[in-house]
Amino acid sequence: MTKRIIIVGAGHNGLVCAAYLARAGREVLVLEANAQVGGAAVTRTFAPGYQVPAVAHLLYGFDPVIERELQLRQHGLTDAKSRGLTVALNPNGAPLVHDGRQVLSGLSHAEDRQAFADFMHKMRRLAVLLKRQHGRTPPKLTWASWRDAWSLVRLALQMRLLGRADMRELLRMITMPMHDVLEESFADDLLKGALAVDAVLGTKLGPRSGNTVLNFLHRHTGASAPRVPVGGMGAVSESLASAARAAGAQIRLGTRVAAINIESGRATGVTLASGEVIGASTVVSGADPKTTFEHLVGLQHLEAELARRIHHMRCEGTAAKLHVALRALPQFTGVEVALVGERLLIAPSALYVDEAFNPAKYGEYSSDPILEISIPSIADPTLAPAGHHVLSAIVQYAPAQLTGGWEAQRAAFEARVLAVLERYAPGFGSHVVATELLTPADLEAQFGLRGGHWHHGELTLDQYLTLRPVPGLGHYATPVQALYLCGAGCHPGGGVMGVAGRNAACVILQGGVS
Amino acid sequence: MRTPREHFRQVVKYTPFHSRTAVANELNLWHRWRDYSVADAYFDVSLEYTALRNTCAVFDISPMTKHRITGPDALGFMNRLVTRDVAKIKPGRVGYAVWCDEHGQVVDDGTIFHLSPGVYRLCSQERQLDWLHTARLGFDVTVVEETEDVAALSLQGPTSCATLCALGLTGVETLTPFAMRSFVFGGTELMVSRTGFTGDLGYELWIDPDQAEALWDALFEAGILYGIRPLGTHALDIARIEAGYIQAGVDFLPADHAIRADRTRSPFELDLAWLVDFSKPHFTGRRALLAEQSRGSRYRFVRLDVAGNKPATDAYVYDAKHRVVGAVTSAVWSPMSKASIALASVAMPHGAVGTPLWAEIYYQKELKWNRTNAECTVLAGPSYAPPRRKMTPAPLR
Repeated sequence: MTKRIIIVGAGHNGLVCAAYLARAGREVLVLEANAQVGGAAVTRTFAPGYQVPAVAHLLYGFDPVIERELQLRQHGLTDAKSRGLTVALNPNGAPLVHDGRQVLSGLSHAEDRQAFADFMHKMRRLAVLLKRQHGRTPPKLTWASWRDAWSLVRLALQMRLLGRADMRELLRMITMPMHDVLEESFADDLLKGALAVDAVLGTKLGPRSGNTVLNFLHRHTGASAPRVPVGGMGAVSESLASAARAAGAQIRLGTRVAAINIESGRATGVTLASGEVIGASTVVSGADPKTTFEHLVGLQHLEAELARRIHHMRCEGTAAKLHVALRALPQFTGVEVALVGERLLIAPSALYVDEAFNPAKYGEYSSDPILEISIPSIADPTLAPAGHHVLSAIVQYAPAQLTGGWEAQRAAFEARVLAVLERYAPGFGSHVVATELLTPADLEAQFGLRGGHWHHGELTLDQYLTLRPVPGLGHYATPVQALYLCGAGCHPGGGVMGVAGRNAACVILQGGVS
Repeated sequence: MRTPREHFRQVVKYTPFHSRTAVANELNLWHRWRDYSVADAYFDVSLEYTALRNTCAVFDISPMTKHRITGPDALGFMNRLVTRDVAKIKPGRVGYAVWCDEHGQVVDDGTIFHLSPGVYRLCSQERQLDWLHTARLGFDVTVVEETEDVAALSLQGPTSCATLCALGLTGVETLTPFAMRSFVFGGTELMVSRTGFTGDLGYELWIDPDQAEALWDALFEAGILYGIRPLGTHALDIARIEAGYIQAGVDFLPADHAIRADRTRSPFELDLAWLVDFSKPHFTGRRALLAEQSRGSRYRFVRLDVAGNKPATDAYVYDAKHRVVGAVTSAVWSPMSKASIALASVAMPHGAVGTPLWAEIYYQKELKWNRTNAECTVLAGPSYAPPRRKMTPAPLR
């Protein structure tokens, strides 16, 4: 019988999982449908001579433990020079600039300077508690064994060890809407707008939705400032693939898995779209939970209740991606040239973010969307022809379930987004060489993200920790024997972190069962 | 446009036979079965029971929850739903089945009618539409509740076959147990299955509600020389306990009704291991039942012969060291076996066949309470199982 472990999908989590399993001496075969590794963490050409990170474009929470253990620097991962600043664009003048710890300039309310420093300090302390849960499988909600009981007690203990004041603050804030927290903390609109973006990006939530503080904390479990790898996000994936290959893992590209084969409740391998059947002793899916179970496994192999929970898992994406090839660097109003390469936000107030969200609730796109912009060609000129640039923007809200469908409205939406850019960078349109808009429908089709959701499923308390992706699947092992999940749909969730892949590998190596 | 749903205005429902059962119900005793008004007893519980065991009796089963399952994946759906292999229930056959939740605990029991290739009727004690819709995900099937679209009578007892022959159902005696066949009655289809809830020779008749009253009238006319009587729930209950049949909500708690985890039972714990087939495709509860098989069950379902003549209703069950090991779920004085009999659930490892147990019975005599500890014998099978229930051709008298 084969000892082979098949990993479905060479996304960053699949690659991390592959690297750890291969290093432990297992025979690992990674099967990737696309022509390059990385899944949603790729750099690809969208117009002749112009490359961008196609989905994720800033590196926030990549686990330093993984980076060290897999020796990713030796495998080519380097950071481009970036100061890690956030620049909140102001249509009427100077932008607000912060580095995640201090506001550097642009405040209209001086008292917010100290308030921001205190607020971010507090949020980092609280985020540490979430961060501590990342590197291990979530606690089990049972007292069946001392190990299960201890996992629960440890969580409670760690919460208590935050200290009385912080624990209280965490319990108070964890389900709150970010908007209410911002209102009680700050006066400056640009600042509130920028922080609201951090609380809603990649979710179908507005700043007045519950759970947005949790999202904000989740984002701040990583580094306080975003990193820009040389070569874009694809470089992260390439270094992971290199580490996995060096450890002995085999990666087959352009190989689409059509089905995960199940016999008598046990995964026995996969069937490829080509019809080829590959046997395995263990199958690990890096695909999102819905794709994994509804398409690859088939719900008929699950218990009815689990099938229902997966069916009802929330994963409607609302973020689109705009890529623009530019013949010159755009001039954003009030932004000095030295800052154009930083993270630029178009979200001039929390109200703006909330109003951008409103149409999404009813299946319409924002006519004034929020944008998170990166111009990676400033730090990494290899991405565009000499003197030219590429702009990469996450555009929100663009709901996957758009009334009337995306094909009919993509041109109108793209025009809206370019008009917004024109407002913040007059003359922007005259620099445009080429554009590419990836709607949630495109993200689903091209990257296999169900519902176009960047995080493989909404990151809210009901789909968090032990409950992620759904109750009964929270520990990487699944009820189907020898089938595991390792993607962002698992704890601790989305963002290019790699933690889910590492945790899954640990569970598999320990022979974990659901 | 949706039809306005006014059903909530009607608190009590009446079966398609109500115009006839109301006349027959000389005692005017009624209770509610899934909202339908049905008779506890018509004229005398003992005489109704006597008719059932000696001639024949008619029980109105129209309130039984009925579903029709159709579509390309109907078999796959049925097999994922229930624990037994539905592929073995051929067209024209009926099978008893239970279905479980993901913890391997019984949600409900019922009968599967394989009406025509790939078309099934599922009859259940409880309302199951929500559960069936959950179980439907991933299957190309249509699940429709058809409780109100089908009128049904159960005709049970030694002269039941003769009565049907007198009704003109030629060849009905050749039906084997758990087989069904279509006849024509009043210009419409009358489906007859050799099934029942009494452990005796008997049939169930399924027809369009428009023909219900005509069927009742014709049946009673055909059975007049065969001692036909209407049968109420109380008399039926005696028969089903004699037959050792379990009832949802009485002998086990449907898993989706339970709040406390140890209140439910698995098929193994209801003596239904014969309904669990691990060699068939995946079904809900399979993993949990496999685990239970290797770990061992918590409870055992037992059929008891209780010493004395007092029904052991709701009695605690003790072992030889006078420790409580379980409780009686159904109990009755069995006229056929001339014994007090009971169905009970006891903790493992108690209740092996032949081992003694004791039932603590409380009973009243002229308002004075008495208590007795009655020794019980664990029986290997039902208290009453006449050979005629399995005979084909069925006896005509």
